[in-house]
Amino acid sequence: MKKNTNFKSNMITYAMVIAAFAIVQVLRTTGHLSSLMTGLLVPLCVYVILAVSLNLVVGISGELSLGHAGFMCVGAFVGALFTKCTKETITLVPLRFFLAVLLAAAVAAVFGILIGIPVLRLKGDYLAIVTLAFGEIIKNVINVFYIGRDSNGFHVSMKDQFSLGMEADGVILLGGPQGINGISKDSSFLFGIILVLITLFIVLNLIDSRDGRAIKAIRDNRIAAESIGISITKYKLMAFTVSAALAGVAGALYSHNLATLQASKFNFNTSILALVFVVLGGIGNIRGSVIAAVLLTALPELLRGLADYRMLIYAIVLIVMMLFNWAPKALEWRERYLGRFFRKSAKEGE
Amino acid sequence: MKKFVKLAGLACASAMLVSTVAFAEDGATFKIGGIGPRTGAAAAYGEGVMRGAQIAVDEINEAGGVNGVQLEFNPQDDEHDPEKSVNAYNTLKDWGMQMLLGSVTSAPCIAVEAEAANDNMFLLTPSGSAVDCITAGDNAFRVCFSDPSQGTASAQYIGENGLASKVAVIYDSSDVYSSGIYATFKAEAENQPFEIVAEEAFTADSKTDFTVQLQKAKDAGADLVYLPFYYNEAALVFTQAAAMDFAPMWFGVDGMDGILTGVEGFDTSLAEGVMLLTPFSADAPDDLTQNFVAKYQELYNEVPNQFAADAYDGIYIMKAAIEQAGVTPDMDPSAICDALKAAMTEITVDGLTGSGMTWSADGEPSKSPKAVVIEDGAYKGMQGAAAEEVVEDSTEAMTE
Amino acid sequence: MSLLSYLINGISLGSVYAIIALGYTMVYGIARMLNFAHGDVIMVGGYAALTMMLSYNANPLVAVLAAIVVCTVLGIVIEAVAYRPLREAASPLAVLITAIGVSYLLQNVVLLVFGPNPKSFQSVIPFPDLKLADGALNISAETIVTIASCIVIMIVLTTFINKTKAGQAMLAVSEDKGAAQLMGINVNGTIALTFAIGSGLAAVAGVLLCSSYPSLSPYTGSMPGIKAFVAAVFGGIGSIPGAMIGGIILGIIEILGKAYVSSQLADAIVFAVLIIVLLVKPTGLLGKKIQEKV
Repeated sequence: MKKNTNFKSNMITYAMVIAAFAIVQVLRTTGHLSSLMTGLLVPLCVYVILAVSLNLVVGISGELSLGHAGFMCVGAFVGALFTKCTKETITLVPLRFFLAVLLAAAVAAVFGILIGIPVLRLKGDYLAIVTLAFGEIIKNVINVFYIGRDSNGFHVSMKDQFSLGMEADGVILLGGPQGINGISKDSSFLFGIILVLITLFIVLNLIDSRDGRAIKAIRDNRIAAESIGISITKYKLMAFTVSAALAGVAGALYSHNLATLQASKFNFNTSILALVFVVLGGIGNIRGSVIAAVLLTALPELLRGLADYRMLIYAIVLIVMMLFNWAPKALEWRERYLGRFFRKSAKEGE
Repeated sequence: MKKFVKLAGLACASAMLVSTVAFAEDGATFKIGGIGPRTGAAAAYGEGVMRGAQIAVDEINEAGGVNGVQLEFNPQDDEHDPEKSVNAYNTLKDWGMQMLLGSVTSAPCIAVEAEAANDNMFLLTPSGSAVDCITAGDNAFRVCFSDPSQGTASAQYIGENGLASKVAVIYDSSDVYSSGIYATFKAEAENQPFEIVAEEAFTADSKTDFTVQLQKAKDAGADLVYLPFYYNEAALVFTQAAAMDFAPMWFGVDGMDGILTGVEGFDTSLAEGVMLLTPFSADAPDDLTQNFVAKYQELYNEVPNQFAADAYDGIYIMKAAIEQAGVTPDMDPSAICDALKAAMTEITVDGLTGSGMTWSADGEPSKSPKAVVIEDGAYKGMQGAAAEEVVEDSTEAMTE
Repeated sequence: MSLLSYLINGISLGSVYAIIALGYTMVYGIARMLNFAHGDVIMVGGYAALTMMLSYNANPLVAVLAAIVVCTVLGIVIEAVAYRPLREAASPLAVLITAIGVSYLLQNVVLLVFGPNPKSFQSVIPFPDLKLADGALNISAETIVTIASCIVIMIVLTTFINKTKAGQAMLAVSEDKGAAQLMGINVNGTIALTFAIGSGLAAVAGVLLCSSYPSLSPYTGSMPGIKAFVAAVFGGIGSIPGAMIGGIILGIIEILGKAYVSSQLADAIVFAVLIIVLLVKPTGLLGKKIQEKV
């Protein structure tokens, strides 16, 4: 019975994404989609993937991560570097893009394991602050990396571009704080949606699997889970690594949408933004994350008409939405007056 | 919970459709878009640009427009983020933008230029100084100096005038503008008779305490410190250097403009003797500058900085190009762009940031930086290779 | 000699982190929430003091008092409107996100009111700097006052919490809200009082931050806020002496890292040390060991 409701709920999530894709495509081909929305399509996919991947850690595994932007950063730079290097050799764009995404996911996963092993020994707010620290370290370290390429191969320096010692034909691929410029725009909405569906497939299947139940058991009662022989480290690390890899995918998609990429983008605020999506959408509720990511990414753009008051209103809307969605009093009020609209959504994401 | 979210989603979806319908081509005005940071840590720069541009637009409209056509200016916020900048660009496209003044800051400008080159939209960046800001296509031009021209000119100026033998550099390693100038400064320094004795960085996350960087410059015996970054941080650098009795020569770049007026309450005596290469000085005695500064002060109660001046010039440059090309507002943006990019190489503009400015087809302006030194709380022109014009000392203009 | 002067600079920077961290840790220790808007309350305190001094020509001491009043009221209002309704929410993350919303709100309100240009802050400290070794070492008056304030605040807070009835009520609330309620403690009032004190401290911190680093913009509070949060965790979040020690150590590490390793990687070094400390001592330097119930 439980299995069935999960299955149904998952199908609704997939159907929602596919329907959104179909509607957008229809609007686009008939010329009804504004440039703003067209431009927002790929970023929306990026943030949906990021939110879903973070929800795996925060909602399913029950650990607060404040450094998710770090994994996104790794994925973004690895993917962009790959594309920069193989622009001539692989001319088939979809192939090149998916290889870049795969590589980004793989490297981000490695970082996930490396960081996860020490971090997951900690608990609660201390774990959160260490993930924040790792995120900041990744950002700062990428900021001092210089990578160039000439006829002799690759040159790497952590000092400046002059220390690369390149021949005259050398090109700087990664210029420290200048980041990577001139990345070819390989991403598209179709690729974005495919990646969103793959992400959902991975995460939803993981949640419903035996492993997923073990992860949730640890979240709900660590000691009880341990006492029945569930390996805490293994399952926590599994969730953390999968989540890191998916954040890397989001990063790769992000970097192939803009011509320029700097590490400074992946700061604390970006990590926090992802957390906002997860909490607003409902902790552990994957479909909620998708919707919240779409809404909150589009919201500041749709508020542009307010000119100077835009970010002010955004902040107020955020606070009000949080109160409306989380305050016990507000929930009670909603139950009483809007009960029939909301009753069905009560048992989501278990 | 979800239903609520869904309802809100529906509202947003309807908003997005409305926005497509809202834009109707009336063809009566030239629509100029502006993109820059208006919120976030870089807001001071973007706000300067938007205000300067608005003043120019109002002036032109009052005087009867361009070829009798009025201008419309629409400033959009990008929070100094490339992604948001592209969103702002797309918003402006929906609005019916025909030419773009922006983006203000370098990294967002690179991202926007990639889109604009693709659309063949005319782009004039007032202050995006990184080389790549205008390299994606032939549609892009800039008002300010590029990073290499500033870095190289600074190194040459210091070298050729024998200002110092030991030079220290402090730069913002998390910023494209600052690190870009630093890189070219260092490259040119190889050819110059001075030695770089300390190269110290700071980042956006730790830009309140500069004591270590200053201490190192002091210990290395630097007699000149090169500061390729903005006046906000420079104000703190000068304060902290004064506290540690470190008084070398200071040499800044165009981002330093604003040090006297941009930081309200800053003790300008600390900036005494600071040299900078800047295209603009708010106390220049010519009518154009005086008029602009007076208007800006009246409207915003602040002295304009170089960003505002670049933007003001940017609008007049667009006007000159429109007149030269004879474009009309009923043309589509791509046709306007084709006409304007040809016209840009033919016009010569006298503005706040230089007289006789011309452009090459690659979009770079040709104008000389003015080297100025701060004396008695005001800019004073300097003699030398890069200093072309002598700006008269007029302390009265700096009462604010 | 240069090592000494780096150490002094480190202590100066650290003292600023410490005084911010005191407010952070106070609120966390009692209300068990990370108040990410704390850095922005500091910024508001700076603007309040500056406005008093510039527009009303107030004496610096009066300006500081005014800033404390403004921030205390602000803290109480924020707590009542944005945090209290979420105290019993299903997840403690809800209030964390709301705090971020409050942080954005404060930044943008100040941006609209005061504009984006930074303002230079006149130091409220009337004393001259302390010069040692023929002026080779300079200890700024701001540093001395900040450290003195930290110590005074630390002692007063500790005494207040341990010796007064209201302080004991705070401890009770932090241990178990339900039980405290049953014992007749006004939980809402106690938490409001905690926020009032925390925000009042933020005003002091804001004035001292701006006196040491005299540049004030709507975003002044955010980065020192995060650093102070790190300092509080470093010292053992919830521990008042820990916040002070954590702040000072963090400042010293940051400055020495800049001086002897790499000025570009100073932040990375700070965070790396934090990670190492937490891995060795998972609740920070002076943090209490949390007993896990089965």
